[in-house]
Amino acid sequence: MLLEIKDLKTVFKTEKGEVTSVDGVSIQVGKGETIGIVGESGCGKSVTSLSVMRLLGKNGRIKEGEVRFMGKDLAKLSESELRQMRGGEMAMIFQEPMTSLNPVFTVGNQLVEAIRLHSDLKGKAMEEYAIEMLKKVGIPRPDAIMKSFPHALSGGMRQRVMIAMALSCKPKLLIADEPTTALDVTIQAQILNLMKGLREEIGASIMLITHDLGVIAEMADKVVVMYAGQVVEETDVYTLFENPLHPYTQGLMKSIPHLHNDTGDTLESIPGAVPPLTNMPAGCRFHDRCAFASEKCQLDAPVFKPVTEGHSVRCWKAQEPEVWQLEPREEEAV
Amino acid sequence: MSTVKTATPGTVVYAVREERSEGAFRQMSRRFMKHKLAVVGLVITLFLIFIAIFAPWLSPHNPYAVTAEFSAAPSSVHLLGTDQVGRDVLARLIYATRVSVIVGFGTVALYVTFGTVVGLLSAYIGGWVDMLVMRITDMFMAFPYMMVILVVVSVLGPTLWTLVLVLALFSWPAIARLVRGSVLTLKQMDYVKAGVSLGLSTPRIVFRHILPNALAPIIVNATFGVAAAIMAESGLSFLGMGVQPPTASWGNMLTDAQSISVMTDQPWLWLPPGIMILVIVLAINFVGDGLRDAFDPKQ
Repeated sequence: MLLEIKDLKTVFKTEKGEVTSVDGVSIQVGKGETIGIVGESGCGKSVTSLSVMRLLGKNGRIKEGEVRFMGKDLAKLSESELRQMRGGEMAMIFQEPMTSLNPVFTVGNQLVEAIRLHSDLKGKAMEEYAIEMLKKVGIPRPDAIMKSFPHALSGGMRQRVMIAMALSCKPKLLIADEPTTALDVTIQAQILNLMKGLREEIGASIMLITHDLGVIAEMADKVVVMYAGQVVEETDVYTLFENPLHPYTQGLMKSIPHLHNDTGDTLESIPGAVPPLTNMPAGCRFHDRCAFASEKCQLDAPVFKPVTEGHSVRCWKAQEPEVWQLEPREEEAV
Repeated sequence: MSTVKTATPGTVVYAVREERSEGAFRQMSRRFMKHKLAVVGLVITLFLIFIAIFAPWLSPHNPYAVTAEFSAAPSSVHLLGTDQVGRDVLARLIYATRVSVIVGFGTVALYVTFGTVVGLLSAYIGGWVDMLVMRITDMFMAFPYMMVILVVVSVLGPTLWTLVLVLALFSWPAIARLVRGSVLTLKQMDYVKAGVSLGLSTPRIVFRHILPNALAPIIVNATFGVAAAIMAESGLSFLGMGVQPPTASWGNMLTDAQSISVMTDQPWLWLPPGIMILVIVLAINFVGDGLRDAFDPKQ
């Protein structure tokens, strides 16, 4: 395993005391594998990825669990050891390409800075390598772009530059936090194709964080569905779309708009919102939004365990289908 | 700009490329040059610095030489007349430029450097360090500024360098707070996070990625600082707590204007230093405006 997150618990200090943002998350990423992490805003998927990079800021910290990357526990590395890893062994692409590049330096300047840090190249060779990377991510006229400032580039172009920067040091793991969310749909497809192509070329594993199941279907080998700081379902991408077991996953699937939806149909949505971190419901964290919830769900928190080979879920109904009422309860009129 | 000689399409493409590929410095100076007042201000400022440096060669007389003509009106020998002890006003005006330039730029160089480093580190480190530094700046800002300067100057003795030190001592907190404020915003920026995720070291992030982005307000503030320091020096010298006669400073030259008869009958004694103070302060402030526009990459 390249990356093994085990019982990760990440907490943040707030005015209301310590809140747990990620609670007991375990994820494995194999070599060359692309793992997708899906969930609503605030479910802890970004915090999970930031925990891997240890970019949690002043107030956040990994309270329990370990993050094993290439055999080392990242949670215990010193800041300087970690700095060696960042950029070199693992790199990150952020959601907002418009603000991820420093406005006062040229694209080339920033690319070369990244290259200088993690390679033995010098002077002219660095610049040539930078141009080669820009070419690789499909930027036309790379030598002109090298000398432009970020504000002269469009969002899609900037995201390409970010990808070039992240991949310039041939990382083993690429964390992409909603890499296409801020882009136009047409550009999204281009960027996804680009990432797919480069993944094969460089052989990096990708941890892809998104709320877009379409992106997951396109990219991921394995999918982790997160809800309220916990993993609620994990399986390979085919099984997930074929046979989603957790009611939350099912809800996510139903809320994807399709072209063949009848025009009169209202798109289904999951009622309610992710519970606040400071006030988690007892029992199953999803029970107050779940159409299938019973008394047991309100009292006992389900454990995360496999129901079939390679398909784990955190749901009583999915784990004990035979004793469960399979009909969804009537939706109360609001 | 490029050389567009003919109107063929190829040339135009070439021109666009040329503009894109110009260096950061050239781009900035081009934006600065668009600001007409700033260019005028810069020329005047450079001219005054030139005068300060070459004062001994430019001055028509020795500024300390006492002649027999007391309070003489401007003439062909003494272009701006002489003062009450018979010294040439133009020579004194030229030598006084040195005082103003040294006080203005010296003070600012000192306190902007110090204040910027303090503000940067305070904001980036945060926590109790930030808390402590900010309370110290609060303390400095709560002192009755002018009074403390008067006391310190009278204790340490009114020399040029005491003036620079004392003015700097009471000016850095404002810069430190300003820098801290912008760094607090800047350190949340995605490109700072991206820098950390690329494995850049903390000093590199602080000084290479955060500082240049905080530079625009620092520069504007620093130019106002130059003007303010020159004015403070003039004020203190006017009160007799600054540069001491016989050394000439625009401020102590104005002291003469305290008497009504000089005010009304001998304008060549106080008008030139007054105008010089006005001109240099205005010129420097224009330069600041121009630099602010030039540094803003979003323009």
